[in-house]
Amino acid sequence: MTTTSIVTGGAQRTRPFDPAGVRRRPGSGRNLGYTLIGIVILAIMLFPVYWMVNASLQPSGNTLTGDFFPVNPSFAGYEKAIADQGGHLLTSLVISLGTVVLSLAIAAPAAYALAQFRFRWINVALLVILIAQMIPGIVIANALYSAYNDLGLLNSIPGLILADASHAIPFAILILRASMQTIPPSIVEAARVDGAGLVRAFVSIVLPVSRNALITAGLFAFLFSWSDFLFALTLTTTEDVRPVTLGIYQYLGSQVSNWSAVMATAVLSSLPAILLLVIAQRFIAAGATGGAVK
Amino acid sequence: MSSSIARASLRPTDPTDRTQAVDRSGGGVAHGRTPAGGGRKHSGRFRREELVKLGFVLPAAIYIVLFFGYPVVKNVTMSLQEYTTKTFFTGEAPWVGFANYTTVFGSQLFTPALLNTALFTIGSIAGQFVIGLALAVFFKRRFPLSSFLRAMLLLPWLLPLIVSSATWRSILDQDSGVLNSTLESIGLAGVPWLTSPSVALIAVVLVNIWIGIPFNVTILYGGLQDIPDELYEAGALDGATGWKAFRHITWPNLRPVVSVVLVLGVVYTIKVLDIILGLTNGGPANATQTLSVRSYQESFVNFEFGVGAAFSNILIIISLIFAIVYLRVNRRAVDE
Repeated sequence: MTTTSIVTGGAQRTRPFDPAGVRRRPGSGRNLGYTLIGIVILAIMLFPVYWMVNASLQPSGNTLTGDFFPVNPSFAGYEKAIADQGGHLLTSLVISLGTVVLSLAIAAPAAYALAQFRFRWINVALLVILIAQMIPGIVIANALYSAYNDLGLLNSIPGLILADASHAIPFAILILRASMQTIPPSIVEAARVDGAGLVRAFVSIVLPVSRNALITAGLFAFLFSWSDFLFALTLTTTEDVRPVTLGIYQYLGSQVSNWSAVMATAVLSSLPAILLLVIAQRFIAAGATGGAVK
Repeated sequence: MSSSIARASLRPTDPTDRTQAVDRSGGGVAHGRTPAGGGRKHSGRFRREELVKLGFVLPAAIYIVLFFGYPVVKNVTMSLQEYTTKTFFTGEAPWVGFANYTTVFGSQLFTPALLNTALFTIGSIAGQFVIGLALAVFFKRRFPLSSFLRAMLLLPWLLPLIVSSATWRSILDQDSGVLNSTLESIGLAGVPWLTSPSVALIAVVLVNIWIGIPFNVTILYGGLQDIPDELYEAGALDGATGWKAFRHITWPNLRPVVSVVLVLGVVYTIKVLDIILGLTNGGPANATQTLSVRSYQESFVNFEFGVGAAFSNILIIISLIFAIVYLRVNRRAVDE
């Protein structure tokens, strides 16, 4: 339950009996039956992901009539994908990392302020953040296009980082605030008695203590930005800066003759989500439960 | 835990005077200022500490004004202007009153787009919710690997939407997609999933259900976890097990979470654009046009930004209505 306590603040949750204790009990036959059903459900739900991988390894290229298993895996699709889309993947990576830095830099101090400072208008600010999350992306894109055109931010990496941060900042503020509310004021107080300023106390105490929530917020900022399609589509007009999501879209328009390359690009663009779900599962789970997002 | 975030955020600010205490000790010592005690609150001039505090929220405030506030205002003004490609060369966008709205409401695509938006939203949410709830109830049983399997279930939600669209396009391909070849191999006729105007919307809804299931499972599972086990133990003594337990214990206790999931679902589904663009681009024969697809195409395909903005404003108004519903529902959930 460590993951959920990040979000809920742990303290309020008292469970009558310990679910972990039950789980540790050796599974009876009936429980294993449930595991089997669970695996079948997961297999059905993840079939499209399997099919994406399978199709990416088919030698045929131009048709989809492949086997259910990549008996003779061919990497021709990947070769073409990397040749065509390698640069786009790199662009996406740069933009996503930029979004993580920008989002955390803006969200973390604000989250701390909303968690611990006594501002009169905190509830209004929270309302604004909740509503901001609900504004359709196309509304933002419509307005940003003309503004970016005037400012010369179209077809630029900073322009996309700034726009993509709109997917992440409201979410990051809410997630971080929930975590920072649980920091006992006394530890910050103690540092301040020792002479640390507010900023120093924030950097040397609040941020390290909020490490888990920062990781969760950062991972989601990365995934949101990596997945962004709308801003890539509307705020770029040339080939100069092209995230991989837009690359796939163009493949779909022009290259449906080469499905293995399309699917290979799809697999490569899914790697961050897959890797993070495997490696950083507890952080992702924390974000998912805390996030009435997307 | 449900929408713990939203819930936590709406909780009124902690009444305890903690930061005050921080200020008093810190402000005085760190900056060599005399602690002014209770009286300092009334001193009119801004103190440095207050400025520093303001500095914590300022970047976020500026960002939100520029990237959320400005677009909303700009869409309103744009919708009242003739804002086209020409505007970008001449810088002129003549005011045209409600002409763009007249264009929108008079357009042949308006009613179908509105209807499709409603069908897409209702269909997606009904499917996501029913399947999501069933899976959440299933995963509430604790069995070996249950938490691992539940986490892996999140994958469709984390994949870039355009990746999901591409994958589903290959699966739903009429001639060589795996779905039709499977249907044909068991003697059924293939379905022109994305190429027939009468089926395309259903196909798009099915894909969106697949994408939305993980979110519904996660939030509903959280809600189920918050129902005390004693209720089930007591219910079992009275003979309430299985469906009866669900009907009389689970459902009533889950109601607040259900409302939140459904309203949020509407707000997030109504603005879906990526999936439709990736799967059908609004076609075939405009069968999958929705308000957000219209807004995108008017602005970025026809370069009629004024008309596109008018479409987005209609979208905003609908979202706003549901946002208000959400806040009321959520507040009630907090009160309970």
